[in-house]
Amino acid sequence: MSPLLEVKDLMKSYGGVHAVRGVSFTVEAGQMLALIGPNGAGKSTCFNMLNGQIPPDAGTVRIEGKDIKGLPPRAVWRLGVGRTFQITATFASMTVRENVQVALISFHGLISRVFGFAGAACREEADALLALVGLTTQAERPCGELAYGDLKRLELAVALANQPRLLLMDEPTAGMAPRERVELMRLTAEIARAKGIGVLFTEHDMDVVFEHADEVMVLNRGQLIARGTPAEVRRDPQVRAIYLGEGLLYDARHREGTAA
Amino acid sequence: MEFLLVQALSGLASAASLFLVASGLSIIFGVTRIVNFAHGAFYMLGAYVAYTLTTRFAGPLGFWGAIVAAAIIVAILGALMEMVLLRRIYQAPELFQLLATFGVTLMVQDLVVVIWGPEDLLGPRAPGFTGAISLFGRMVPTYDLFMMTLGPVVLGILWLLFHKTRWGVLVRAATQDREMVAALGVNQKWLFTGVFALGVFLAALGGALQIPRTTVTHAMDLSIIVEVFVVVVIGGLGSVFGAFVAAIIVAELNAFGILILPQISLITVFLVMAVVLVVRPWGLFGKPESAPRAAAGLTIRPWRPFTQMERAGVALVVVAVAALPFFLGNYALTVGAEILIYVLFAASLHFMMTVGGLASFGHAAYFGLGAYGAAFLVKYMGAPMEAALIVGPLLGLAGAVLFGWFCVRLSGVYFAMLTLAFAQIAWSIAFQWVDVTGGDNGLLGIWPASWASRPAGFFWLALGIAVVGVAVLRMLVFSPFGYGLRAVRDSALRSEAIGLNRQRMQWAAFIVAGTFAGLAGALFAFLKGSVFPDYMAIPTSVDGLVMVLLGGVETVSGAVVGAVLYKALAIWLMSQTDLSKLVLGGVIVVIVLAFPKGVVGFIEDLRHRWPRKGNGAGAPVGATKAEAA
Amino acid sequence: MKKLVAASLAALLLAAGGARAQQGEIKVGEINSYSALPAFLDPYRKGMDLALKEVNDAGGIKGKKLVIISKDDGGKPADALTAANELVSRDGVVMIAGGFLSNVGLALADFAKQKQVMYLAAEPLTDALVWSKGNDYTFRLRTSNYMQAAMLAEEAAKLPAKRWATIAPNYEFGQSFVAVFKELLKKRKPDVEFVAEQWPPLNKIDAGPVLQAIDAANPEAILNATFAGDLVKLVREGNTRGIFKNRVVVSYLTGEPEYLDPLKTETPEGWIVTGYPWYGIKTAEHQAFLDAYQQLHKDYPRLGSIVGYSTVKSIAAALKATDDYSTAGLLKAMKNLKVSTPFGDVVYRAADHQSTMGAYIGTTSQKDGQGIMVNFQFKPGADYLPSEAEAAKLRPAN
Repeated sequence: MSPLLEVKDLMKSYGGVHAVRGVSFTVEAGQMLALIGPNGAGKSTCFNMLNGQIPPDAGTVRIEGKDIKGLPPRAVWRLGVGRTFQITATFASMTVRENVQVALISFHGLISRVFGFAGAACREEADALLALVGLTTQAERPCGELAYGDLKRLELAVALANQPRLLLMDEPTAGMAPRERVELMRLTAEIARAKGIGVLFTEHDMDVVFEHADEVMVLNRGQLIARGTPAEVRRDPQVRAIYLGEGLLYDARHREGTAA
Repeated sequence: MEFLLVQALSGLASAASLFLVASGLSIIFGVTRIVNFAHGAFYMLGAYVAYTLTTRFAGPLGFWGAIVAAAIIVAILGALMEMVLLRRIYQAPELFQLLATFGVTLMVQDLVVVIWGPEDLLGPRAPGFTGAISLFGRMVPTYDLFMMTLGPVVLGILWLLFHKTRWGVLVRAATQDREMVAALGVNQKWLFTGVFALGVFLAALGGALQIPRTTVTHAMDLSIIVEVFVVVVIGGLGSVFGAFVAAIIVAELNAFGILILPQISLITVFLVMAVVLVVRPWGLFGKPESAPRAAAGLTIRPWRPFTQMERAGVALVVVAVAALPFFLGNYALTVGAEILIYVLFAASLHFMMTVGGLASFGHAAYFGLGAYGAAFLVKYMGAPMEAALIVGPLLGLAGAVLFGWFCVRLSGVYFAMLTLAFAQIAWSIAFQWVDVTGGDNGLLGIWPASWASRPAGFFWLALGIAVVGVAVLRMLVFSPFGYGLRAVRDSALRSEAIGLNRQRMQWAAFIVAGTFAGLAGALFAFLKGSVFPDYMAIPTSVDGLVMVLLGGVETVSGAVVGAVLYKALAIWLMSQTDLSKLVLGGVIVVIVLAFPKGVVGFIEDLRHRWPRKGNGAGAPVGATKAEAA
Repeated sequence: MKKLVAASLAALLLAAGGARAQQGEIKVGEINSYSALPAFLDPYRKGMDLALKEVNDAGGIKGKKLVIISKDDGGKPADALTAANELVSRDGVVMIAGGFLSNVGLALADFAKQKQVMYLAAEPLTDALVWSKGNDYTFRLRTSNYMQAAMLAEEAAKLPAKRWATIAPNYEFGQSFVAVFKELLKKRKPDVEFVAEQWPPLNKIDAGPVLQAIDAANPEAILNATFAGDLVKLVREGNTRGIFKNRVVVSYLTGEPEYLDPLKTETPEGWIVTGYPWYGIKTAEHQAFLDAYQQLHKDYPRLGSIVGYSTVKSIAAALKATDDYSTAGLLKAMKNLKVSTPFGDVVYRAADHQSTMGAYIGTTSQKDGQGIMVNFQFKPGADYLPSEAEAAKLRPAN
């Protein structure tokens, strides 16, 4: 059986600058895999190639064996890939529930329906997803009023609407308070494990990475330089060199008390 | 050969005046994002003030001093308008400023007649540039040579201003990222005012420099404003150099085009724009638009379908309106029917603008196509009214299918301008294809069937169609399709990531809106008994926009109220006074200031006066940032 | 929301109440593009005012006061129809009159036919109004495109020039004028050829390139039908470039004060034009009009004044000629109605409803920095119209 996500020799350059150079990796179902690296390492570019947002110059991306070459993000989504964004992208003119409903309507192929009240469609399913991410009490609120942390949860609920087998999360905790970060990732991990979803996420916060990732990949100057368990990666001399002086690779736990 | 060279030179001279005005507009738009409809009015004012000054102060010094003084005086007026009017509404939804500047334009058109009289005014020729010199055996006016030189000189000065002065650098920075500049601690208010004054100065200078060429008239603004917009868009919004190149392309194509096809001037600029935008969606030197600021406004309050009570209320109102023929006279009923037709027209545009996030500047095209469709059926196939009303709008649909396919590839102002270009192309076909459309004399004798020929009958017909039309559009808003459209509008990124095809959905919305506009147009043809190209002309499109904005972009059916208000007021004023534009413009300006969310938006705010979270001034950070990602 | 419909309609209704007919009045509706084309229509209104004053000072229409209700159409046919509707349905006028633009005129004519009300078109020049789209309800005062083209073609045929170029605004007015002129000139002088044509859009002429293009074809004579701002641009640019040197220019409407006066010192010498030399007309009818006009308005008349004045005089004459103010009665009164105007007596022909108003043709010149017409002649309209029998064939059968 082919792996959930298989990336091979991915390449992308902008005007002669190589953003991503020959990146290859796989993600298996049920796995939490983190992609880290310093600023400008090519994480976002790499990420955006995985769901068809940016076409790669070379290399292949396969979802469960299917090459996504030339597919727009909406088609990749149909293959069972959910995605959240570094800066939340939600529908500000709708309520929290409606945000999820739209995704569900799209998933069930009802989007070209011109009659019937959309606010009544897929309501229970939406509520179930909202319950899953802990937004039940916020369901009726205008999305534009939500606190940023809740928006991130909402994004997660929306990303889960198509019952994905692969979840791509770009900086899922960026802009959140430390405590919220941990909660959100814990939640994500639980859902992923329960549903057997493979999760690939990029992250700046090493606490989050080392606590939740099954494995960690390190990207530097467009190349993958390490992959392994958090402990292995932390010991890797190359990785240490990159992060030297940033103090990010020490045991995350020692800071949790102060952060909370 | 020599002839062609001279022709090219003549083209360059025309390009120069186009560039002056266009550069001002481009600078203003680049920084403030204001679609300054009043730019033509300032151009005209520049010419009028220059006329007064040049006829008072003779001699070279007097003349040239007067030209510059006129531009400065008008620039001050522009700055005043920015401070008094625009500053108050920067927070309003985009395009709302368009409404304000449109109101000012209307007022100025009547004011210049009041101040300077109705006659065309001829100013003096430019001292030192009255003659012509022989080039390649042909006489070329020295004033043309002066203008030709002036274009690049102004371009050079602007370049220096923007690259060598601190102010200019700030302006350029603001063009790229307004919030960033605000963060630098620059007083954004004065930066905007300064930019606005500079832009108006250039427009007024362009107008003043027309003195030696032509008469000053009260219609000068209309003859230039649209073309200037087109030039700015071809060049790329905010790009002064782009405006320069675009002005030359347009003027040269026109100069040579008329040698082959003398009728071409009618649409040269629009053809060029359509081609450029299809090939290069951001104009020649423009960049992809960053963060369209709340394209149709992001209301914090999500929309709700009517409750049972509200539905009953609406039904009651409809019944009351349906009873009007028992109380009103024939004239009032005919006016009522006209208002109802505009209600449907505005509602169709509103659907596209609010739900689809697609602000069209050329919606009249589909209104007109529907009218022509009905007229063709009656004239050439002898169809009865009922058939024409059903089949006629299909021409609007067909137009929307064709034009929409190109338009939805673009967004924001570029989208708006491409719709305008197509509308102008449709208009020019109706105008020029005399054998089929009757040209500007139109098609006559499109009168309703006998049962609807009495005003009451037609009123009920119009009411029925308008009510059903608006109801269907409302149903669409709340249908899954409507939600999908709003999703696409709210966040292109997110909607793509949940499997929505933006272009296809917006195309569908475009077609729906075009078809309903066509239906309104077909009705209009029967109301008026005739069809003319001006049904598709820019003023009709602008009327539609004004109705939508007046009602409130952020509402579900605000256009209905906007249309009733605007049309009733316009008809009434037209009947009462020859200065209807002055009054109407004034009313628009007042409404803009009093109800920056439109009339219905204002009423809804009143109804929802519960304590609002956040600052209430706009969508919270997350919402606006979402678009930037 | 629909409440507002009701409210606004109610407001309109209230306004309607104020205009209820009073005893001893005869009301006539009048529609024109006052706000869109004030340069022509301001003098037009002054002419109307004078005629109305004269009519009412002389006892009105058989003792009843003539009242004219004027409406603005903003230059749009659709708005003209709204105004016509208001006048007919609400104000209860016995007939409508007015119009400047041809498409407005045609729209009003069609409205008149549909609503069976009489329409006297004042200014619209298009031939279609009385011929190809003529109807029983519509009459026209002004010397038409065809008539003025015929007058100009007659003069043009006397010239030695054989190679002609044309410049006309790109709309029906310009198109049909050029077509008729070509046809009539060729009829009189079969060996002329038309070597170039330019169709600048109205109010947007790019005079330099247009004139260069004309010049390149090397014509001996030029026919011009642009007017107002376009004309000024054309003349200035042409003078500077020497395009008009050694060429005859035949120019339509250019002698009308509305368009000639703004030219001032730019006025070209020797163009053959139609127009209105108010300063030189020596007939008794005109002198009386001129004196009265100048006394009332402290201004000199333009051609618009003549049209406005004669329109009201025609209305008054028709109303005096009958006691039956129904449409049928008025239509009957209008046929072969003779009206005296400052341009002499005119007759509304029964066959095609066109008046026989004539026009002045002369050449342009300058005097004291002002453009004037010299060597002008009055051309009676009847001489330049097809016979009534022929004209009747040009109209649709209805």
